[in-house]
Amino acid sequence: MKILVGIKRVVDYNVRVRVLPDGSGVDTDGVKMSVNPFDEIALEEALRIREAGDAEEVIVVSAGGDECQQQLRTGLAMGADRAIQIQTSESLQPLSLARAFLKVIEREEPGLVILGKQAIDDDNSQTAQMLAGLWDRPQATFASKLVLDGQTASVTREVDAGMETIEVDLPAVVSVDLRLNEPRFVKLPDIMKAKRKPLDVIPLEDLEVSVEGNINVGHHASPPQREKGIMVEDAAQLVQELKNRGLI
Amino acid sequence: MSRILIIAEHDGQVLNISTAKCVSCAKAIGGEIDIAVFGNGIDAVAAEAAALDSVNKVIAVNAEHLETPLAANWAAETRNMASDYSHLLGPSTTFGKDLMPRVAALVGVNQVSDIMAVNGPSSFKRPIYAGNAIVDVETPADATAVATVRTASWKAAAGSGNAAIEQRAADSSPASHTRFVGMEVEGGERPDLQSAQRVVSGGRALGSEENFGIIYSLADKLGAGVGASRAAVDAGYCPNDMQVGQTGKIISPDLYMAFGISGAIQHVTGIKDAGTIVAVNKDPEAPIFEIADIGLAGDLFSIIPEFESLLG
Repeated sequence: MKILVGIKRVVDYNVRVRVLPDGSGVDTDGVKMSVNPFDEIALEEALRIREAGDAEEVIVVSAGGDECQQQLRTGLAMGADRAIQIQTSESLQPLSLARAFLKVIEREEPGLVILGKQAIDDDNSQTAQMLAGLWDRPQATFASKLVLDGQTASVTREVDAGMETIEVDLPAVVSVDLRLNEPRFVKLPDIMKAKRKPLDVIPLEDLEVSVEGNINVGHHASPPQREKGIMVEDAAQLVQELKNRGLI
Repeated sequence: MSRILIIAEHDGQVLNISTAKCVSCAKAIGGEIDIAVFGNGIDAVAAEAAALDSVNKVIAVNAEHLETPLAANWAAETRNMASDYSHLLGPSTTFGKDLMPRVAALVGVNQVSDIMAVNGPSSFKRPIYAGNAIVDVETPADATAVATVRTASWKAAAGSGNAAIEQRAADSSPASHTRFVGMEVEGGERPDLQSAQRVVSGGRALGSEENFGIIYSLADKLGAGVGASRAAVDAGYCPNDMQVGQTGKIISPDLYMAFGISGAIQHVTGIKDAGTIVAVNKDPEAPIFEIADIGLAGDLFSIIPEFESLLG
């Protein structure tokens, strides 16, 4: 079985992003770029499945300009067998991205597709669900546990009410939540090795995906800030203050 | 005029408050508002939905394969109703986040995630970068708008309406490739974190699962839901589904009380819309005090019992 893992190049999660003064976007000039943290968890899970003998090959896929090869190389250094770049100068919205992924799926025929539950830049949380819908296959989103059993997978999902378990037939799309696993660190020799692993570049045009129906993203603003309030001295003052405000 | 369909969230017995919040968002969009209730034996839920203000009608679809909200089944059912509507809305809870993008893909449109404000029928505000930026987005005018509604940004619509309930047969066939196995509910009798008017949260400073007991005790006294910081969850003091923050739950209670929580950005993101934030922390320099309405620097292990006894 092959496992396909999606990787997105995003502003590193430690960077405090700032809105540009003219509202045209956020300041990404010179900031550190990384693999979307949820995608690292997705890749880690795929690697563990391969190491357990339930998959033969792990392929990382990213869509973007050539700069995303950096994140694909990180994925190869973590242990993926090969990489595919869907080459495009456009920033693909989830529907177009899902359509492009589906074309890659038709070529590669993976048994499992694992994606992060959301990207930490646009926070859309859509691509996995859209891909499963277009592919007409099961989706198991926000996974915190994944157990393979032949042609099915049992997935425990983190939902608002608790933990839901569903069973899906393969092939399926899984989106992963934070607590599924802890991704391994990349070791230096692996970075060297990753340079020799295959990285195929497929221009988006070759996949015959039409990019249309985009949502227009306009003005960016900073969020309203909460003001610092008052400090009280002890529990009695706290109770009084809450009573004054009609909260208790 | 807009025709808006809201997909109701419920557990088979009770309508989730997120649906009433979607109604408020739909009212801001303006137009005729219908609610679809899918399930198996959902008369009570449909009646609750019909009682929400400003609802035109409730469409109840009973079918065995719609009993649990598996996205594969519910998305197919929603898609088959889509042509009657200009807008399809669901809440930005794990339920809606699972379902609505699949609906959008089947309809063939992109989705707007997390509507926090409405500029116009096809123009919305939504947060990106964990709420560090707010963007204006506009859906193509001629296409169906599929969106999730950020529940923390909207008040629940009142329940004094009396809309008609239309029973309809399912128009989709079951997806055999996905099966519901079970649900493990944690938290027991306490109010649901997402809809509680008061929430009491504990952080790493609690120190152990056992010590976390004083948070539960105070919450029960206040009739509050219980939350936790990611640090407390990662340390194993309490279950995952109690986590408040960017990677956990984003909540907007009237009163939020944070005990022993330093106020990392990732946590603050989850409480920004709370009415009043109270913070108790040993460290007077803790960042949580920068956003708290009422701060108290001190030891939570002595303050909580005293606070509780003063409540009477």
